[in-house]
Amino acid sequence: MSKKLDDNSDLKQIGKKRDVKRKTLPALAMAGPVSLWMILFVTIPMLFIIYISFMSRGVFGDVVYKFSGESYQTLMDATYFKVILKSLRVAVFTTVLCLLVGYPFAYYIARKPKETAAKLIMLIMIPFWTNSLMRLNSWLLVFQTNGPVNSFLQWTGMTDGPITFVYTDGLVVLGMITNMLPFAVLPMYSSIEKLNKSFLEASADLGANGATTFRKITLPLTFPGIFSSIILVFIPTLGIYTVSDMLGGGKVLYIGNIIKNQFGSIRNWPLGAALSVLLIVITMLLIFLYTRFASIEDMEVV
Amino acid sequence: MFREKNEVNSMGDAIVSLIEVEKRFGSNQVVKKMNLEIMEGEFLTLLGPSGCGKTTTLRMIAGFEDASAGVIKVQGERIEDKEPYQRDVNTVFQNYALFPHMSVFDNVAYGLTIKKVPKEEIKKRVLEMLELVQLKGYEKRKPDALSGGQKQRVAIARALINNPKVLLLDEPLGALDLKLRKQMQLELKRLQRKLGITFVYVTHDQEEALTMSDRIAVMNAGVIEQLAVPNEIYDRPKTKFVAGFIGESNIFDGTVKAVDGDLITVETSAGTVQVKGSGFQERETMHVSVRPEYVEVSKEPIPGFDLKGTVKDFIYMGTVVKTAVDMKDGMEVRYSRFEQDYSVKEQETVYLYWRPEKAVPIKQSR
Amino acid sequence: MAVSKVQKKKKAFSILGNVYAVIIYAILYIPVAVMMMFSFNDQRYNYYWNGFTTKWYGKLFENSALIGSLWYSLIIAVLATLISVLIGTIGALGLKRFEFKGRKFINNMLYIPIIVPEIVLAVALLIIFLNIGTALGMGTILIGHCTFCIPYAIVTIKGRISGDDNSLEEASMDLGANRIQTFIRVTLPSIMPGVMSAAFLSFTLSIDDVVMSNMLAGAKQSTLPVLILSMNKAGVTPDVNALTTIMILVIVAAMILNNIIKSALKKRQNKEVAI
Repeated sequence: MSKKLDDNSDLKQIGKKRDVKRKTLPALAMAGPVSLWMILFVTIPMLFIIYISFMSRGVFGDVVYKFSGESYQTLMDATYFKVILKSLRVAVFTTVLCLLVGYPFAYYIARKPKETAAKLIMLIMIPFWTNSLMRLNSWLLVFQTNGPVNSFLQWTGMTDGPITFVYTDGLVVLGMITNMLPFAVLPMYSSIEKLNKSFLEASADLGANGATTFRKITLPLTFPGIFSSIILVFIPTLGIYTVSDMLGGGKVLYIGNIIKNQFGSIRNWPLGAALSVLLIVITMLLIFLYTRFASIEDMEVV
Repeated sequence: MFREKNEVNSMGDAIVSLIEVEKRFGSNQVVKKMNLEIMEGEFLTLLGPSGCGKTTTLRMIAGFEDASAGVIKVQGERIEDKEPYQRDVNTVFQNYALFPHMSVFDNVAYGLTIKKVPKEEIKKRVLEMLELVQLKGYEKRKPDALSGGQKQRVAIARALINNPKVLLLDEPLGALDLKLRKQMQLELKRLQRKLGITFVYVTHDQEEALTMSDRIAVMNAGVIEQLAVPNEIYDRPKTKFVAGFIGESNIFDGTVKAVDGDLITVETSAGTVQVKGSGFQERETMHVSVRPEYVEVSKEPIPGFDLKGTVKDFIYMGTVVKTAVDMKDGMEVRYSRFEQDYSVKEQETVYLYWRPEKAVPIKQSR
Repeated sequence: MAVSKVQKKKKAFSILGNVYAVIIYAILYIPVAVMMMFSFNDQRYNYYWNGFTTKWYGKLFENSALIGSLWYSLIIAVLATLISVLIGTIGALGLKRFEFKGRKFINNMLYIPIIVPEIVLAVALLIIFLNIGTALGMGTILIGHCTFCIPYAIVTIKGRISGDDNSLEEASMDLGANRIQTFIRVTLPSIMPGVMSAAFLSFTLSIDDVVMSNMLAGAKQSTLPVLILSMNKAGVTPDVNALTTIMILVIVAAMILNNIIKSALKKRQNKEVAI
């Protein structure tokens, strides 16, 4: 016991060394690489694109490093503004349809026994391991002028001549929906599946009929899932350009196509950056709304 | 106190010493200046309510937590710069912590495999160990396919096979049902006797502690309130906390009115009581603790006592029936009998007393 | 026997539900079926059905541009999977187990590639690469792919790591294993299912990616999806259909094989337990 006085000073020394060995080094070795990667390839590029959006375009398509808001002004021009509005409209339309089609489907699966449900979910996933562009290409083949849909319509006499589906917004939306549907179904499925059956029974027991129970209990309790679906469908749809490239034949332009073109043939980086910033802002707005209802960690990512 | 020390010293030297050990988590001091000597070959229990610091103490000995201050020695050697895997102690975890991807055999063999013991020897020792914990024939099972009691045995075998100097057990029976728990208590005690290994056992179950331990350290709020053999803890609680935590006690707070040799008369808000003890002075505030089985009842006042109360109700507890009596200050005093006490009726006025040597005087805690 | 009204209603609902599900699955599977069907189309470019042939399954191997892009995609996907799973596995553990300054920031950063439209991240990376003068090519595509694969890998693996409870690791160290031994023998096996699904996810994300591959590619070589995108205007040739059909069949076969092996192992284990 007499030794105790000299002990605490060197205990601190030992403690420091031990902390380095036990905590600092392992933490650095394990969390270091991912942190470095994220900072180098996410944080810096994202900050840089915001910076570029406030620069201006030189005569030869180069970036002139002088502060200017001209890119954002260009966004308000009728041509671009129309595209933005149209993209938003298509994204909203796609999202709403995905929810309307996906919710009953998710409900249907969630009500099945666990093993059946797992198989049904697997069945949704399998088509998505097929090349997405080839699946889009298939819609083109189905709906082209002399394709099966047109043949069928003419054979039944519903139309006289072929209807032009190809390279229309309608076909693009169909492509969007079929590409996005799993992202709508999966989060809603898991929130419906988590829904405690006793709530529904309690509601029925207290005299609510099916419709009332759905409106008062099921819908509010599965709302986080619905909101996840909205984010997972709406945001990618807003930025995607492959669907419109494949099914719109370059005639149908959305924000994604415009951004891509600024970095390709047109060479107006600040404008492309400004459009990207617009997408970031819309994303952040939705995420902000989402975090008011649920935690971001709960977001179901496929 | 002296009797207790000598008794333990006869078992051997201290194998684990905690000297002025403290543990802080931020501003929260979980263990306060703890001094504890654990003797070689003893079964020592750290007993206390949840959050009293008992598990943290165990984890500091195992090396999962670092002491904020103080020294921990195993066999006279300081261990604070040793990693858990360099310490000659092994732990049985509360949730067993069996490796789910390994069979029972591989779980038990783990420590030896790490030490690169030859395969043949590993096999021999694992089978021996499984036989010792009565799990022969379960080698190939995965932990998922075992019952709670079986998992517990595997966890014990896995720790014991390394021949630790000290085995640390963190509420190992907490997840088992009552019957199995009682059976495992006896088995653990048997194992400890047979192997002669020091056991440091953490539990919040006082009955478990009283059944199994050589010594019990009752902990509260990061402090050891009393360290003694089980019957001393039960019969002579040193603090109000210990008296209240171990078994059921009627605890009176009061002031010393008179001291006559070893007979102390104490004035409490419920009335005057008597207790035998030494080291108390007049006008000192103190507590008197008395077990329900020692409380007597009378229809007439008893000299030296003034504990008038009204019979409130009878409580059936299985083996005993307790009678609750309301005192004038609102305190409820209980006494127990093996049958209902038909000599009194509800709402009847009674006088309570006891043989002064059956009650325990307790110093006011600082 | 009379069927009650409630039962009738329930039955009607269940039939309705089944019909609905069949329609949805049909919509999801029609594109796949059409894609497979047109791999047998006897026509140079896929416009309409012109008769059955299997010749494309042989001819696709003569299409050097197609095979070249397939290899390019495969190499990138394998590398992206390896890098992402490596960084993702140790990263998920590091982010879950250690408290450090900026941890929350990194956790938030991880959500950006998952949530923000891919085109935004692609052009942001492109600007950086062009500014520091990096030559576009396999390296830049690989970085792009890893940048979205790592977050998915981390989210997948994190879900497998049990909360704050690291008693398994403590038990291992208690039994004499040092940190590295503990990682290999205890930590890794316990998160292995998560690591495997992270690998699968990374591979499928990478091999099917268009946007990053398109924006960050050099002039010489493109990945398979980018090649398909560029073919679109002229019409996709049936040998591409044949190739993608083979690919999906391989993936599904691997999945089925994996399930068979898994359930066989489970059966054997149950048998052992029974004995």
